Amino acid sequence: MISAHLPVLQVILPLLSAPLCLLFRRTYPSWLVALIMSWASFAIAAILLGQVLTGEPISYLLGDWAAPWGIEYKVDVLAAFVLLLVSGIGAIIMLFAPGSIAAEIPEDRVYLFYTMYLLTFSGLLGMVITGDVFNLFVFLEISSLSTYVMISLGKSRRAMTAAFRYLVLGTVGATFYVIGVGFLYQMTGTLNMADVADKLPAVTETRTILVALGFLTVGIGLKLGLFPVHLWLPNAYTYAPSVVTAFLAATATKVAVYALLRIYFTVFDVEAIEAYPLDEALLLLGLAAIVSMSAVAIFQTDVKRLLAYSSVAQLGYMIIGISFLTITGLAAGVLHVFNHGLMKAALFMVIACVFLRIKSVKIEDMAGLGKSMPLTMAAFVLAGFSLIGIPLTVGFVSKWYLITASIEQSNWIVAALILFSSLLAVVYFWKVVEIAYFRPRNDGAAPISEAPALMLVPLWILVGANIFFGIHTDLTITSAMAAAQSLMEVGP
Amino acid sequence: MTPELTILLAIGVPLLGSAAILLTGKFPNIRETATLVTAVTLFLAVVSLVPVLLAGGRPSVTPLEILPGLDITFTVEPLGMLFGLIASGLWIVNSLYSIGYMRGNKEQNQTRFYFFFAIALSSAVGVAFAGNMLTLFIFYEILTLSTYPLVTHSGKPEALKSGRTYLGILLSTSIGLQLLAIIWTWQATGTLDFQSGGILENKVTSGVMAILLFIYMYGIGKAALMPIHRWLPAAMVAPTPVSALLHAVAVVKAGVFTVLKVVIYIFGIDTLNGSGASFALASVAAFTLLAASIVAFRKDNLKARLAYSTISQLSYIVLAAALATGASIIGGSMHIAMHAFGKITLFFCAGAIYTAHHLTKVSELDGIGRKMPITMAAFLIGSLSIIGLPPMGGAWSKWHIMLGAAEADQLIFVFVFMASSILSAAYLFPILARAFFKPLPNMKSSSANVNFSGGIQEAPVFSLVAICIAATGTFLMFFYAGNLAEMLAPLASSVTKP
Repeated sequence: MISAHLPVLQVILPLLSAPLCLLFRRTYPSWLVALIMSWASFAIAAILLGQVLTGEPISYLLGDWAAPWGIEYKVDVLAAFVLLLVSGIGAIIMLFAPGSIAAEIPEDRVYLFYTMYLLTFSGLLGMVITGDVFNLFVFLEISSLSTYVMISLGKSRRAMTAAFRYLVLGTVGATFYVIGVGFLYQMTGTLNMADVADKLPAVTETRTILVALGFLTVGIGLKLGLFPVHLWLPNAYTYAPSVVTAFLAATATKVAVYALLRIYFTVFDVEAIEAYPLDEALLLLGLAAIVSMSAVAIFQTDVKRLLAYSSVAQLGYMIIGISFLTITGLAAGVLHVFNHGLMKAALFMVIACVFLRIKSVKIEDMAGLGKSMPLTMAAFVLAGFSLIGIPLTVGFVSKWYLITASIEQSNWIVAALILFSSLLAVVYFWKVVEIAYFRPRNDGAAPISEAPALMLVPLWILVGANIFFGIHTDLTITSAMAAAQSLMEVGP
Repeated sequence: MTPELTILLAIGVPLLGSAAILLTGKFPNIRETATLVTAVTLFLAVVSLVPVLLAGGRPSVTPLEILPGLDITFTVEPLGMLFGLIASGLWIVNSLYSIGYMRGNKEQNQTRFYFFFAIALSSAVGVAFAGNMLTLFIFYEILTLSTYPLVTHSGKPEALKSGRTYLGILLSTSIGLQLLAIIWTWQATGTLDFQSGGILENKVTSGVMAILLFIYMYGIGKAALMPIHRWLPAAMVAPTPVSALLHAVAVVKAGVFTVLKVVIYIFGIDTLNGSGASFALASVAAFTLLAASIVAFRKDNLKARLAYSTISQLSYIVLAAALATGASIIGGSMHIAMHAFGKITLFFCAGAIYTAHHLTKVSELDGIGRKMPITMAAFLIGSLSIIGLPPMGGAWSKWHIMLGAAEADQLIFVFVFMASSILSAAYLFPILARAFFKPLPNMKSSSANVNFSGGIQEAPVFSLVAICIAATGTFLMFFYAGNLAEMLAPLASSVTKP
């Protein structure tokens, strides 16, 4: 039965089709492969989520090797929810990509982009679906290495240094992670997450485990863009091709957050995190991120970089949610993983449209775009409302849960800081809106037209999703709540 | 049609209207017809709900559940009906006025103007009929955002600067404070429904209640309590029809309406009285009331003077809410209507003077009464109502509020009200005195674009008709105040007499 093999198909379809693009060496066929694979993955993820929401978590044994020895793929609600986000964003981005890629990547290298995209895509999906800490490392490397290539495809020469910097820091992160895994293996003799979790309580007091947790946190933190080890992120986002930025911003850091959740709550448990006390450290880092990074975003002159700093700040919200170690807090974090994916992808897609037309992402150069690209800029405004957390958008829903979680803990300062940083978001977002709508285009600048329909349609699908999931919250809240509950129940 | 469907229709009609306005943008006459038809349909929809309400019905409809346990709900109750009637009814008059004003001044981007106007009205009606605090908050935010493009309509640097102040204050208070208060309330009580008698009783300590009261009151930036009142004078940079309907009626009244809603249905009048938190609020309101009147007195720009007058008048309503007696609640609610009529008349006049003679300063108005007798007569009627003199509508609401202050044994506030009436006479009468009694300035000293030769020069006829309707309304409200009080009576019925 094919449906029994869905978990492995989820990863292996894009992985195996990546070399196909390499064989074709042509733009159009490679794009078609990437498009079909992305949509197939999306369909599989949707089916998987449907299955785990109604039934039990799915466990899939690779090659039928029994669990602690063989590699196990595990799909619970959390995994399926993140799979849906990653594959959904991939599917939309692939619809959107051709127009933007043609303008930003030399024709003879476009097939490379699609190859690398498929590898990143399968790596990210693999990180989510695997139930094995070492296998997670393997997929992390697959996605990271291909990501470095994608970033370096950017036209500006600075893309190279940005990619190199990311490569150095990313490799440090991955190495830290694998060192942590090594310590865990040394103490428990196993790599299967559930199995490690079983054996861990016996040795949880040891210094080795403490060190392991430290390495794992920093390692994942580096990939996640956790403040203050986010330094690779702004450059990477700024100089990568726009489509790459849109894809990475919505998926790569989110999958890292997922990995953090897995390590903290599936492998370790709430008591261990509290004992060390990582929760307080994370809370402080999260708060520092949302305030300082939002403030830094205000002073950017390049809209891609502005949104990149905003991403670091938004990751802070997820970290804050997680650091509460309560069901509402975790649900808020998981919700924001999904919701922020939707809004940031839409915002970066707008920037891709803008770059296509004016060949610049300087805020100054966006003057007058409200008139000449009305649909694109309207999408920017709506997605920006979502970023700020205006009601009827997804941003409002995550913020509601995040503040509820902090009030539950009587943590007024956190609630106030979250609201304060939303106001900073108003400032940096409105800066762009004002210039785009109220400053006329420079005299003598070439007239520009609206983005092509093939880009506008996927963009507006995402904007629609921002509003749809802001009003119909059944799916997202049920999933996030179920995920949070299962994460909290894992502990003894 | 069932009342439930009518409620949805009332929210939906202006949205459909806004779409029609966008589509017909190339044909100004059809576009303006679309605005007028929308406004009339909306008003009829709201009016058709009145008999249901008077018969004691409280039709309610829940189209969506956006968070578990939290719905978008619309419920018709007396206070919301009052606000809905005023906003939708005056929109018709204001649309007539807009047509005259916008064409008379050859404004740019008129389609955008009418489009956002319709959206703003839809959200105002949404605020009016909101059945719980979340719904109210959502429409409150949409109202802020949809009026921003109206404030910055001209696109000039000073308009953008004012727009920043406008959006900055309104969004930071609503996101920073109001949302916090709402989530806190939700956390403490598990509901956000508007229930008579309030939902906070016995759920939070009196200390928390006092804190919550202030977070709410300063979170409702649209009520313009000092020191978060700056957005209102800033908004005066907008075309006058916007100042008239939105910044004298829909937006600011949405603010004080929310204040009343929160006091009556979230805190509960009795609970608030028992907590002792209200005296501090009343003092802040009284301070704003007097201070704004004094500032108004010193403003030479006519619209700025009217804006500060609005700030002062809004504080009447906040103070009435803080006094929390039966009479003061009725008076405060009534004042929403009375002030709306009076102030829209005054703004219409200010706009008419600008359209006809391009004058914006009080000091330039010498003898204008001879050029624009109808306009200035209307100005007199509006002024009398704002001051609170019979036979204008404003007299009744002030009477009730003062009665409420006496009922609450707060004689000091009775004096505040009396002082404020004198102050409002002091900033409004000099305008009339200049207009009617001073001679027209001689030709040389007057600015170049003013033509004082010839006889009567009124504003375009559309505007003039609107002014007359508004002034007549101000006068008629004096006689229909009894009906209003009757409709609002249920609000006070839950209050135990002191």
